[in-house]
Amino acid sequence: MDVRLRKLLGTDTLLPYWLLLPSIVFIGVFFLMPLFNAIMLAFRADNGAFTLDYFKKMVADVRFIEALKYTFLLAITIVPLQLITALAMALLVNTGFRGSRFFLYLFALPLGISDLAAGLIWLSIFTQHGFLNSILYSLGIIERPIYFISYQNTGLTFLAVVMAEHWRATAIVLVILVAGLQMISKDYLEAAEVLGARGWKKVWYVILPMLKPSLQSALIIRTIFALQTFAVVLALAGDIIPVLAGEAYFWHFLYRNSHVASAYAVFLMAISIGMTWFYLRFLRSRMEVIRG
Amino acid sequence: MSYPRLLRRTLLYIGATAFALWVLIPIFLIAISSFTPPNEIYAWPKPIIPSRFSLDTMRFFLNSYGVLNSLRNSILVALLTLAFTLAVGAPAGYAVARFSFRGREAFRLGILITRMFPTALLAVPLAVTFIKWGLYDTLIGVALIHTAMALPFAVIITTGIFMGVPKDLEEAAMTLGCSRFGAFVRVALPLALPGLAAAAMFTFVISWNEVFAATILTVNNRTLPAHILTTIQASPLYFRFAGGFFMTIPALFFMFFIRRYLFHMWGGATAER
Repeated sequence: MDVRLRKLLGTDTLLPYWLLLPSIVFIGVFFLMPLFNAIMLAFRADNGAFTLDYFKKMVADVRFIEALKYTFLLAITIVPLQLITALAMALLVNTGFRGSRFFLYLFALPLGISDLAAGLIWLSIFTQHGFLNSILYSLGIIERPIYFISYQNTGLTFLAVVMAEHWRATAIVLVILVAGLQMISKDYLEAAEVLGARGWKKVWYVILPMLKPSLQSALIIRTIFALQTFAVVLALAGDIIPVLAGEAYFWHFLYRNSHVASAYAVFLMAISIGMTWFYLRFLRSRMEVIRG
Repeated sequence: MSYPRLLRRTLLYIGATAFALWVLIPIFLIAISSFTPPNEIYAWPKPIIPSRFSLDTMRFFLNSYGVLNSLRNSILVALLTLAFTLAVGAPAGYAVARFSFRGREAFRLGILITRMFPTALLAVPLAVTFIKWGLYDTLIGVALIHTAMALPFAVIITTGIFMGVPKDLEEAAMTLGCSRFGAFVRVALPLALPGLAAAAMFTFVISWNEVFAATILTVNNRTLPAHILTTIQASPLYFRFAGGFFMTIPALFFMFFIRRYLFHMWGGATAER
């Protein structure tokens, strides 16, 4: 590069900042601006005055409380299930048996599958003449199909959603945990063995405590995403199970009201921040958690 | 082999196989459904393996109104997203990996915090903004929001990749007369290329799978997931199954190629063994 141009741009000292510039601009336009606009849409009436009407409208909607209930229920059922399953998978793979890398690849497969596709995949299992009913019938367990997905059986419908989402998003937790396991220094493990910690003892006293930061970040990331569960529910359960993200979608898409839709979005953001704060406060270890 | 070790190994394989079946069986079932003749989808009791395999269900899906068009849109949006994301994210990843400068940690933290934004929070206000900007219902508009969603991942992955390319090699090239840019293009870039290809594929999959923002930001120019989501209640079951399977195939294909780089995403700087 020409020396004068280099001086002008200050490349020698400012180069890293020039390289960051595009992403900083992008974050400004596509994260900070929408954040600001969403708050504006949610709190400002069309005449420009501050208003809580859109939040009142959101809360007054009959589906709001149901959506809030199911969103939280989904998060507190799915996230622990995923952590346990992924931990079992990760520890299994970590023993390094022959073919473990192949199995790890298989376990991680759903990572590439979208929430919409996962909902449709499990629909083929849970629908009235689906695979589950057909198998139960062939085994003589039931005489006529069970309506897993219906307004009469919201409990079963909820379970179907839990199974689909558990299946789809465990892979993300698995990847976080396996990455965490790889960061544990070999020295600690060898020291543990020398001192007589083997098998379950080694897992319990050495591996799990060292895996804590990864478990925490998996917990936070998965909780935040679980609060946004949307397409799995829509594909599998239609509007039988209302969720917050789904309501934001309906208000924007069907009722053409971006004010109330934004109120939902801001509300979701507030819950996400609240949950993150809660975890960070009670699990401590701040930086590692956000690092992932 | 001693008896306890044999037992332990057997248990390991049984556990691994059980998990593998849990992952694979639903994929297998949706694949079967997509090649079952449409009328047999509704049969009771439905045999797991249909009486004959047919392409009718797939053909029905692909020939349905709007599917091929939205498929084309999906591919274009994903390619645009990939180009935007690498153009914006890779330089940042390189800067974070190579230089120590004031604000580096703040930048990394900022990037990670953006991962926590609910999609609804971005999509709903952007729909309003995009109408003003003339980007509403355009493929570029969808690609831009997909880029925003993929950017944190791209920065993290490319940081990991460039950290894996030794700094010494670039410095050596510079002592031998390369400019900084020349050293990057001739030394760092070729070494980083496989990793960058994986990052590109990952970005492609993020865009290909995204449905919320794509639905909110389009009316006529739907992507495939947006098209399926908006027509889902009115579509027959076999359309939905074929759609579910069709959306899954590229994901599985890409997962195979990026499997070695999966851990860059979350492991930060740790190289994959």
